[in-house]
Amino acid sequence: MGISRKKFIDYILGGSLLGWLGSTLYPVLAYLKPPKVPEVNVNSVNAGMLTDFSINSSKILKFGRIPVILIRKDSGELRAFEATCTHLDCIVQYKRDEKQIYCACHNGRYDLHGLNISGPPPRPLVQFDVNVIRDEIVVSKPKPV
Amino acid sequence: MNSKLFNWIDERFNISPLIDFMKHKEVPVHKHSIWYYMGGVTLFLFIVQVLTGILLLLYYQPGVDSAYESVRFLMTKVNFGWLFRQIHGWAANMMIFFIFLHMFSVFFTRAYQKPRELTWITGMFLMFVAMGAGFSGYLLPWNELAFFATKVGTDITGAVPVVGNMMKVLLRGGEDVTGATLSRFYAFHVALIPAIMTLLLGLHLTFVQRQGMHEPDHFKKALKKKVIPFFPNFILRDALLWLIVINILLYLAVFFPWELGLKADAFAPAPDGIKPEWYFMFMFQTLKYIPAHVWFIEGEVLGVLGFGLIALIWVLVPFWEIKIKPGTKFRPMNVIGAIGVIYIIVLTVVGYMV
Repeated sequence: MGISRKKFIDYILGGSLLGWLGSTLYPVLAYLKPPKVPEVNVNSVNAGMLTDFSINSSKILKFGRIPVILIRKDSGELRAFEATCTHLDCIVQYKRDEKQIYCACHNGRYDLHGLNISGPPPRPLVQFDVNVIRDEIVVSKPKPV
Repeated sequence: MNSKLFNWIDERFNISPLIDFMKHKEVPVHKHSIWYYMGGVTLFLFIVQVLTGILLLLYYQPGVDSAYESVRFLMTKVNFGWLFRQIHGWAANMMIFFIFLHMFSVFFTRAYQKPRELTWITGMFLMFVAMGAGFSGYLLPWNELAFFATKVGTDITGAVPVVGNMMKVLLRGGEDVTGATLSRFYAFHVALIPAIMTLLLGLHLTFVQRQGMHEPDHFKKALKKKVIPFFPNFILRDALLWLIVINILLYLAVFFPWELGLKADAFAPAPDGIKPEWYFMFMFQTLKYIPAHVWFIEGEVLGVLGFGLIALIWVLVPFWEIKIKPGTKFRPMNVIGAIGVIYIIVLTVVGYMV
């Protein structure tokens, strides 16, 4: 009937060992997980004067902790995209001669709509809004659709 | 005097059996004997890493505002600082190179077979940990190349299903590669990894000593077996090879120094021609060829799962190896090994040419 005295002791000791392991490992694992750091919520950044920004060139802006690439096309039109490659997190660059956005890490390419056109990137780049207000370029977060 | 000291120790710790063991241990001599030395060279390079690593620690200062600057100071102002950093960098590369040689020689001579399964497995884990040491150490100078290599390398872990993102955050110490990542990699590189390596190395060497050297099939069958004593003959040959290796190491360190490059900038594009260390090159190059989507799986997920699966199969070789009947010419395991070697060499070369 029931379990033997020896088995009972085994369960009690085994259970305590598990409990002890859990109570020791939990704080260590929790410690390894970095705490959330409060972020400044940036909605728009000033990207300088339009007159200082030459045609067929680009620059990278700090949008909070996100890098954003601002491109001035041959036509003078401005476009901005999140500069983080959707493949493996590298920062992209604008190729002036090819009129493409390029990631040097794994040869990923995007067109000037941010669309992934060749190489390994799985998704397009997120586009940001660009407005020129009294000759000043303002880049802002895309409005949720 | 010497025998008195010996007796004093022996009386307390009974070391005579150990000395006897050393005296009787023998190493086979045959056409593949050269491969017996590869593990020893790797061990020697590990010792070089520990010693030069301790020297570098005396000047290195982790942190985004000090890491790059302290390495630059070490390279330009500290007496022989450049030398010890170059030796550390080159010895790391040579260590991985000799691990590869050691591993493939063990594979092709079937030295992983019973009773040496656990020696193979501890060896494989030593290789993974050594690659981790290379990867974490690469970031410490906080330069541009290292920064992007770390971004890519840690982002790949994010592709692992279910636990990937958690692993990525744990490795990076946050969502992005920042000073927090540098602190973590520093801790991994100078404390955690050396401790794990020392432990694994202790196991690996104990196994090798307990079981003695592996004898290849043709040697097992030989009527007259040529052997040399482990001590002092084999040890002296080992020492000679170590001397040659340290000369090569110094030559490389002096004439082919590693560049420090530009300081990492989290808001600058990845530079053209960015490449990982050569021992990750074949995996990096494979990632370039996998399309963005294969069927319904993302390319990088497929790459990570593929390499993970291959690594697991490779670790478990002693348990699934395809055995052949005696006298058969065709050796499937040699073909598998050769495919692996050729794949690694071809993709590495292509990676450097493109």
